[in-house]
Amino acid sequence: MSAKERKKRSAETAVKEEKQIAVKLIPVYIMGKRYEVPEGLTIMKAMEYAGYKFIRGCGCRGGTCGACGTVYRKPGDYKLQVALACQKTVEPDMYIAQIPFFPANRARYEFAELTSAPEEVFKLYPELFRCVACNACTKACPQGIEVMDAISALKQGNIAEAARLSFDCIQCGLCTSRCFGELAQYHIFQLARRIYGARIIPRAEHLAEMVGTINEGRYDQILDELKQVKEDELKKLYQEREAEPLAAGEDWKPKDTRYL
Amino acid sequence: MSLAYYPGCTLKTKARNLEEPAVASMEVLGFKLDEVPRWNCCGAVYSLAEDDLIHQVAPVRNLIRAKEQGNDELVTLCAFCFNTLKRANLLMKEDAEKRNTLNSFMSEEVDYSGEVKVVHLLEVLRDDIGWEALAQKVKLPLRGLKAAPYYGCTLLRPREIAIDSIENPTILAEFLKALGASPVDFPESTRCCGSYQVISSPDDISEYARPILNSALKHGAEALVLTCPLCDYNLAWGQKELMKKQSGFTGIPLFYFTQLLAIALGLGPQVCHFELNYGSPESLLRERNLLS
Repeated sequence: MSAKERKKRSAETAVKEEKQIAVKLIPVYIMGKRYEVPEGLTIMKAMEYAGYKFIRGCGCRGGTCGACGTVYRKPGDYKLQVALACQKTVEPDMYIAQIPFFPANRARYEFAELTSAPEEVFKLYPELFRCVACNACTKACPQGIEVMDAISALKQGNIAEAARLSFDCIQCGLCTSRCFGELAQYHIFQLARRIYGARIIPRAEHLAEMVGTINEGRYDQILDELKQVKEDELKKLYQEREAEPLAAGEDWKPKDTRYL
Repeated sequence: MSLAYYPGCTLKTKARNLEEPAVASMEVLGFKLDEVPRWNCCGAVYSLAEDDLIHQVAPVRNLIRAKEQGNDELVTLCAFCFNTLKRANLLMKEDAEKRNTLNSFMSEEVDYSGEVKVVHLLEVLRDDIGWEALAQKVKLPLRGLKAAPYYGCTLLRPREIAIDSIENPTILAEFLKALGASPVDFPESTRCCGSYQVISSPDDISEYARPILNSALKHGAEALVLTCPLCDYNLAWGQKELMKKQSGFTGIPLFYFTQLLAIALGLGPQVCHFELNYGSPESLLRERNLLS
C-alpha cells in the first residue's frame, strides 16, 4: 500500500468511526443561558465547548487543585449541589455557575511566632465561635469532608483532629460560600494543618539522624566519584545496581553494606 | 457502667480542671463517662427569641448524636451546656411546630423528639449513686473544710429544668457533706455572677462578684465551690478587680466541685489541674493535710 493510499484509507475509517459514534447533545444552563453540549463532557469541558475560555478558575484539571469549585441545581430539586467542574460530568438541564474564588477572610500571621496552643487559632479567627452547627459547610464540600466536625474540633481546642479531618481539603472555598456564620473554614483549616505539621506531630528521629549523617559528609566521596563518571558508565552502573527485591523482608540488606 | 457524656468546648480548653477530676472520680465510682461521638458546641447560651430557631440547631444536633448511639440519657458537666441542652430538649419534646421545623432543617439527621434525658453529673451522684454510697467511697474526708456551695443560675433556672429547688437548693451542700466537708450556707449562693453581661460591661465585673464573695467570707467560708466555667471566670476576674478596689478584701479560693470530689476519693492533685484555678487553692488543701 502506498503512503497515499494509506492516508486515504485512514481518513475513510475516521469518517466511518465518527458516524458510528453519534454524539448526543444535552441541554445545560451556564449562568442561566441554555447551551447544547455533548453528553459525557465534564462541566469544564462543556463550558469550553460552549465558548468559554478559562484564564482563571481552572488549574490541574485533575480534581486536586481546588480552582474550579462549581455549584449547580437540577430542575425540580431545591437543593444546591456542589462539584469540581473538572470532575463532574454534565447532566441534562443542570443549572451551572462557577465559584472560582471566594473573597474570604484570611488572617495574616508570622508562623514562626505561633505555638501549638488552640488560642492561637481563636485569636486569628475569632469568628470560629460564630458557628451555629447548621452543617451547610459539610453539605457544600466536594471532597466529602466533615467540615462542621472539624470546626467543632477546633472550638474544643483539638488542632490535631481538625488537621486530620480536613486533610483532603483542596481550598476550593465552597464551604465558606455557604457559611451562616461567615467563617473561612478552609483558611482556618490550613492554619490548623500548619500548626499540626510544625508543632504537634512527633518528629521522626531517624530522619534527623540521617540528615546529620549526610551533613557530616559520609556520602560526599561516593557522590563526587559518581559526578566524574561518563554517561555510558553511569547508565551501566544504574542498570546493574542491586535493587531491593519486591518481596524483600524487613531484614533485607544489599551485598555492599559500606554505606548503610 | 458506661454513661453517655457531653463535655462541652470549654471543658476541653480552659476548664480541664472541671472535667479531668470528674472523669477520674467517676471511674473510681464505677462509671465510665463515654463521650458521644462528633459532638459540637452546645449553643453556648439558650436563645430566648421565640423565632430564633437557628440557635437551637447546635444543641439539638448533640441530642441526636446521643440518640444515634442508642442512649436514653446524656450526662453533662458544664452548667451552661446542661442548661442549653436540657432546654432545647424540652423544646423538641413540647413544641410540635418547632420540632418539625428543626427536624426538616436537619434533613441529614434522624428525626428527634426529645427522647434523650439530659442530666447533670450532680444528679447522677445524688440519684444513681446516692450520698451515703458516695460517703462510703471517700478515702480522704474533707474534714473541717468550710466550703460555700455556689450554684449560679443555669442549674436551677428556669424551673422546668432545675436539678433542685430554685430558692433553697441543697444538692451541692449535701454533696459536700458526703465528702466530709462543712458546707457554709450563704444567701448569695444562687445570685448571678454576671454571666455574659460582663462582656458588654467589663467594668461591672467586680460589682457582680462583690456581694457574692463578701457574703461567703462573712459567713465563714474558706473556699467557694463552683459548677460552671463562666462563674469561675467571672468570680476569678472580679476577685482580682476587688483586690484593687476594696481595702481589706482577702480573696477566697475557688474550686470546682469535681476537684474536691477527686481529692476526697484519694485521687490526689494530679488529676485536678489546680494550675488552671484562680489563686492557689492547693495551699488551703495543704494546710488541711488533704494533699497526698
